[in-house]
Amino acid sequence: MPDIPQPPAYEHAPGPTRPPAPAPVLQMRSITKTFPGVVALDDVTIEVRPGEIHAICGENGAGKSTLMKVLSGVYPHGSYEGEISFEGEPCEFRGIRDSEHRGIVIIHQELALSPYLSIAENIFLGNERSRRGVIDWGETNAQAARLLAQVGLTEPPDTRVYDIGVGKQQLVEIAKALAKDVKLLILDEPTAALNDEDSAHLLDLIRALRDRGITSIIISHKLNELISIADRVTVLRDGQTITTIDNAPAAPASEEDLIRAMVGRSMDHRFPERTPNVGDEALRIEDWTVHHPIQHDRVVVADANLTVRRGEVVGIAGLMGAGRTELAMSVFGRSYGSAITGRLYKHGVEVQLHSVREAIAAGIAYATEDRKRYGLNLIDDIKRNVTASALSKVSRWGVMDASGEALIAGRYRTEMNIKAPSVDVVVGTLSGGNQQKVVLSKWVFSDPDVLLLDEPTRGIDVGAKYEIYTIINRLADAGKAIVMISSELPELIGMCDRIYAISQGRVTGEVARADATQESLMRYMTMNSDSDKGVTR
Amino acid sequence: MTTLRQSLGGNVRQFGIVGALFVIVLLFQVLTDGKLLLSNNVASLIQQNAYVMILAIGMVIVIIAGHIDLSVGSLVAFVGGATALLMKEAGVPWLLAVLLGVALGALAGAWQGFWVAYIGIPAFIVTLGGWLAFRGAAILLVGVTVAGFEPGFVAISNGSVTNALGYVANRDVVTLLLGGLTIAALVASQLRARRSRRKHDLQVEPLTATVVKLGLFSVLVGYFAWVLAGSRGGTPIVLLIVGVLIVVYSFVMNRTVFGRNVYAMGGNLLAAILSGVNTKRMNFWIFVNIGALAGIAGVVTTSKAGAATANAGTMYELDAIAACFIGGTAVTGGIGKVSGVIVGALIMGVLNMGLSIMRVDPAWQSVVKGLVLILAVAFDLINKRRAGTR
Repeated sequence: MPDIPQPPAYEHAPGPTRPPAPAPVLQMRSITKTFPGVVALDDVTIEVRPGEIHAICGENGAGKSTLMKVLSGVYPHGSYEGEISFEGEPCEFRGIRDSEHRGIVIIHQELALSPYLSIAENIFLGNERSRRGVIDWGETNAQAARLLAQVGLTEPPDTRVYDIGVGKQQLVEIAKALAKDVKLLILDEPTAALNDEDSAHLLDLIRALRDRGITSIIISHKLNELISIADRVTVLRDGQTITTIDNAPAAPASEEDLIRAMVGRSMDHRFPERTPNVGDEALRIEDWTVHHPIQHDRVVVADANLTVRRGEVVGIAGLMGAGRTELAMSVFGRSYGSAITGRLYKHGVEVQLHSVREAIAAGIAYATEDRKRYGLNLIDDIKRNVTASALSKVSRWGVMDASGEALIAGRYRTEMNIKAPSVDVVVGTLSGGNQQKVVLSKWVFSDPDVLLLDEPTRGIDVGAKYEIYTIINRLADAGKAIVMISSELPELIGMCDRIYAISQGRVTGEVARADATQESLMRYMTMNSDSDKGVTR
Repeated sequence: MTTLRQSLGGNVRQFGIVGALFVIVLLFQVLTDGKLLLSNNVASLIQQNAYVMILAIGMVIVIIAGHIDLSVGSLVAFVGGATALLMKEAGVPWLLAVLLGVALGALAGAWQGFWVAYIGIPAFIVTLGGWLAFRGAAILLVGVTVAGFEPGFVAISNGSVTNALGYVANRDVVTLLLGGLTIAALVASQLRARRSRRKHDLQVEPLTATVVKLGLFSVLVGYFAWVLAGSRGGTPIVLLIVGVLIVVYSFVMNRTVFGRNVYAMGGNLLAAILSGVNTKRMNFWIFVNIGALAGIAGVVTTSKAGAATANAGTMYELDAIAACFIGGTAVTGGIGKVSGVIVGALIMGVLNMGLSIMRVDPAWQSVVKGLVLILAVAFDLINKRRAGTR
């Protein structure tokens, strides 16, 4: 590689794999980004050639989104180490405006459109067609209509974004990028929320943009989709670049190669020993189907069947957006979703749980993955958080037993090793690991038979993780049935007796501990249940 | 020593507000040449501000739960009018009319609670509607004024507890006795709490801290009773009503499942829902409660004026809300105390009375109260920020 890169000539011919490889349009060299206590990116280097579709894949937390935030200036120059050059010039973006000015536009997974503004207003948001501060509506709508035609939308530009579907909103995002003279388009999980038809249309559009010379970086969990569209695929794992694989139409990369690169990690965590003592069935769901709470036609969990027994730890593996949390919350008194169908059995007896109260009363507990938003009252103290889901156990005739409450909370502080001087400490001041112990205490206190633990070790340090694992094992030994959702495959393999894999709302596999490998799980987790339609090769 | 500071530090906001009240009282005592704390002025301070305290008790629960109620002032006029008509037109005995008035307030609260809890309309909008509708209803009911009530009704806000035990050193013995009972109850409750904690092997605050706290409160209550005992009538009847409400609602908010759920909803609504709190039912009853309290305030206001007027209670909702925020209630919900808002209401009341004794133009009084509100909340925020960076 010459030290002084040549300004690239755009390749309009469709084959970007022609040897010799053209000079890269984008180079990110030795990018390192650390957050307090975590190295998110560790010496990541990536090169993108002009006019190619470059895919990035990796597990949850591999560093994909962080890398794109570095590139687009969300994390400004100086907050990371390493160099970025685009079109041969170094980039020192201080914000997203700087990167957009250079023609680098990122489209986030959660769409950033203003729902009650029109399509045209959204396209030119922050970039208004105006003269001395007065918006030229004729020009705005005319230009918007031209851009919409380019992305294949026929809606009038003055349609409210709220009134069009998610698939079309994604296209509006792309039209918005085109309005900014995009040269490098970054798409973060663009098809995650789309149905097959919309996905196929979007992928076709990205190919059409490539033929016009627009380079794309696409992040996706759907491996078959990546293989169908990408020219090259870079795999990240634990914040490091693992490999970049060529994916020519004539010699496509195999999903196995990608999976191996994504998970090929040693079992570097250690897990406490437990001899499973599995008893009777505690909870069973049959043909469990859940729809999105607002988009009632979108299926989030489809025909799920799942069993967990007393004394058993059962894992649920799935990538982001696979429907793990949605499944657990819909079981927990229908706290997520709409039009839920299927049957729920507790100790072999069918039960109907319509509210969280009923679920708690039936002996089910759900510890959320987002403890700050859904799990804790951060401005209140430890003791009041611990008792919050079972006040009836520390009250009589509606009157609280204050001493009893302090006593119980004190016991959990010792048992769970919550590091705080007293139970009167405000929960918001505790570390993540100790907050998680408060969440677990709260649900153990409600005395459930079944505990649904959603990412119980997310965002906490290694030492605290080991303590949480020990607590989980202790609960299982006490005869509780545990369902553990996790993004970390080694954790699932190290902790669980059985693991279900889910992908796009469907249970795609069930693996016993002895047979579980990261490769086999990742295979199930990336299985596209509708692989025969929608995606073209 | 550190534990002493901890046990006091936990209440620093509460102490800060009490301190502010203390400073304001001293300031006006000086500015009015000692007129502020004359016995008759203290008695009328209570009688004139009883409505704010009653409404603020309901309001603080609403605000802790994350809502607001703009309708209470109009509701005061509506209930006052209805009670007056029951007595004057329907010939209902005054005590029954009072009970029916409070029930009517609760019913109005249930109406608003229904829309907030079960339809999901923000409380701001529902009670803005109530602010308009109940005011209109009051005008339709009352016309301009309904006056001329039985003495029993008028005595609620203007009368005093009968002087049954004579005088000692020209002071009403009943009042002194009530003061003594209050102090005794305070000491007993503190000692019982200590004993209960010690029995369960829980950490007990140092005895010196308890003694200092109890000593301070005893001196305050004792002084207050002494001054009040020298007033024309002794203990105002309305003080008993307010006192009972303070005790009952402090208990409800500190010691009952209902109170706990209110704090949980305001602190993190989503977490409360996922902990099994029936938030709809809670919201409904929170509004029923403030409706009933607005009913009591309506009775008290009508009794005080000796007449029901169509424009009674105007701006009362803002007085109650201001008392809440001066008293350390968080705008975002989840934090607040009954004792705090009572102190907040007293600060407003002392300002009113002090400035009136000094014959300050009402327009300027309004300016001063506005500034005090902002300063109180600023103090609160800065305090919180300092605590956060600790």
